[in-house]
Amino acid sequence: MNLFLTIVLDGLIEASWLFVVALGLTLIFGVLKILNIAHGSFYALGAYIAATAVTIAAAHSLPPALGFVAMLISVALIASIVGLLLERGLLKLFYGRDEVVLLLVTYAVFLILEDTTKLIWGVNPIYASQPYELFGNVEFAGLFYVGYDLLLIPAAAAIGLAVWFGLNRTVMGKIVLAVIHNEEMSLSMGVRVNRVYAAAFAFGVLLAGLAGALTAPKISMQPGLSSDVIILSFAIVVIGGLGSVEGAAIGAVLVGLARATSVHLMPQAELFMIYLIMAAVLMFRPEGLFKRETARRI
Amino acid sequence: MDHFRRTSRSVVLLTAAIAIPVALAAPAYAEDSFKLGVVTFLSGPAADSFGIPARNGGQFVIDELNKGAAPAPYDKVGFGGMKIEPVVIDENGGATKQVQELRNLYERENVDVVLGYIGSGDCLAVAPIAEELKKMLVLMDCGTPRIFEEAKYNYVFRTAAHATMDNVGLIRYMKAKNIKMDTLSAINQDYAWGQDSRADFVAAAGQLYPDVKLQADLLPKFGAGQYGTEISALVSAGSDVVYSSLWGGDLQAFILQATPRGLPKRSQLVLSAADHVLPPLGDKMPDGTIIGARGAYGLMSQKSPVNDWFFKGYQNVNGIYPVQAAYRIAQSILGLKTAVEKAMAKNGGKKPSTDELIAAMTGLEWQSPGGLIQMKLADGHQAIQPIAFSRTKYNPDLRRVDLVDIQYFAAECVNPPAGVKSIEWIKGGMAGAKCN
Repeated sequence: MNLFLTIVLDGLIEASWLFVVALGLTLIFGVLKILNIAHGSFYALGAYIAATAVTIAAAHSLPPALGFVAMLISVALIASIVGLLLERGLLKLFYGRDEVVLLLVTYAVFLILEDTTKLIWGVNPIYASQPYELFGNVEFAGLFYVGYDLLLIPAAAAIGLAVWFGLNRTVMGKIVLAVIHNEEMSLSMGVRVNRVYAAAFAFGVLLAGLAGALTAPKISMQPGLSSDVIILSFAIVVIGGLGSVEGAAIGAVLVGLARATSVHLMPQAELFMIYLIMAAVLMFRPEGLFKRETARRI
Repeated sequence: MDHFRRTSRSVVLLTAAIAIPVALAAPAYAEDSFKLGVVTFLSGPAADSFGIPARNGGQFVIDELNKGAAPAPYDKVGFGGMKIEPVVIDENGGATKQVQELRNLYERENVDVVLGYIGSGDCLAVAPIAEELKKMLVLMDCGTPRIFEEAKYNYVFRTAAHATMDNVGLIRYMKAKNIKMDTLSAINQDYAWGQDSRADFVAAAGQLYPDVKLQADLLPKFGAGQYGTEISALVSAGSDVVYSSLWGGDLQAFILQATPRGLPKRSQLVLSAADHVLPPLGDKMPDGTIIGARGAYGLMSQKSPVNDWFFKGYQNVNGIYPVQAAYRIAQSILGLKTAVEKAMAKNGGKKPSTDELIAAMTGLEWQSPGGLIQMKLADGHQAIQPIAFSRTKYNPDLRRVDLVDIQYFAAECVNPPAGVKSIEWIKGGMAGAKCN
């Protein structure tokens, strides 16, 4: 029983931050129809900015709690601005072109951001572990867990619910959904589609940055951080269905649980299990578990 | 016509006046310097822990040698009076890039010897190239025993012991300190270093702890960064000992995540190559952790004139004490210096040829900051050396992790004898080991 509970909890902790990254990726795809290869770089950017904010707060002898808040605010601000600038300054120029062109543009952004982070933060590992100790330890199923890790689960759930509520229960959300369903019709109804694009992209980048910030206190930031994350995020959105919030949640939980189960029961099959699930989903539901049915346009 | 002849004669004389001294000076210049290719990680995940300390260690030793400021027997300027001219190359970028870089060093930069390499994959890739080009290559750090156990080289040397020493020594230390190990768990990176280290440690544990039971045996990928689930598995297993060969950022992240979850309290942590993370981790490193440094290095090094010079000098220049990679490049350069001067003593003081250098280096012995280095394996091409292990204890006054309970092991106690493959030696009960 304890093993089962441990696997579930480990899986949910893993799923929590992965979900926040994948949510941004799936939103950007849903609205802009862009497979954003640079999404992992925004995660890394968030982690690096968070580390800088925590380090500055510590250097000014601010309490870790204040450093934690400063970390979240600075990441949210910078990531949104970077997202807006990229969408308005670069991606906009390629709308209407083939999807492959946009894919290549985001790949170029990924390469540029990789080198930019190296130029700014160097190539050596960076740490910002002070916030990790903020919430103490909790005993569960015979094991000690770091309170910070456990809080990631409700934090991710809150972010997911807020996004779902925002999309489904607000006027702005309805407009975004309208653009997702039919961009031309939305345009003809007076929706400023370009603004929706910019807001959606900036919000997706913000989510990736936020996920980076939330994981920053427990990892070492070093080059290569982004590529690992983007691979897992793609697996999640492929399992859940590109463009689906519910799909990203289920995909993240499946990937988290698969990884936790493998590490506890069959460590050699850790990566294999994740892609086995992805392959199985693609075999029976090529559009992913939660892909919306779309009417064929004539 | 006379005018033409006079002019021609003047031109010839002028040309001769310029050309002859230049022609005479050219070989003299070459004799005055020794061009040394140095390869180490200047970027990438291994730079912070290994590459940069190695570069700093190499720079310090070369500067001191060029000034003639090193202690005896290394007090002659440079290599036998020749100034050392280093050409430093970044090891980052993978084995294919390193093969090309090595060719460039020999063929474009015209270096006399290439010295370096930390990654096992890089060492395995470049060794055959040096052999093909018939140029001398000195490997300074990489751990895999396979270099000389699966191939034979004439132009390649490794001036540090391979990874078998780290794990055999670690088991011997645990036995000597009566560490209980009925059950064992392991976490190692899923690539050559992690897998080879795990295999050696488990095999050596099987010899000195024949009843040990292996429980969680985890191989997360290199650079995983997040170990929450792995730590749950290790804590759940509750083994007497948790072994790891993790290094660099991965090791630091693992320690930062495992300590608050009580892993070091539930199991004895033993880390085969962890000295380099002590300065950055500071009080985050749990007390009582058993660590190795891949030699008698850093805070585990023994007092000697050569070590005092290196330890204090490096610390003064860099503001931090030297760790394993700095020691390993220092012993490599001092070994090469010994070989060059030995060859020069034989050939009448001329700059030695590659063949003369190889003859001098084969089977060589020299004193390094980490102790006596002996080229005893692989027909005199592979070094053995002593090693030390210890436990960590944070010193709040100095605000650094001190190492206590240090024990040293002789080179022939922890390295296989010549002509025997490492894993076969371990599985055969480590026969012939001289531990007294």
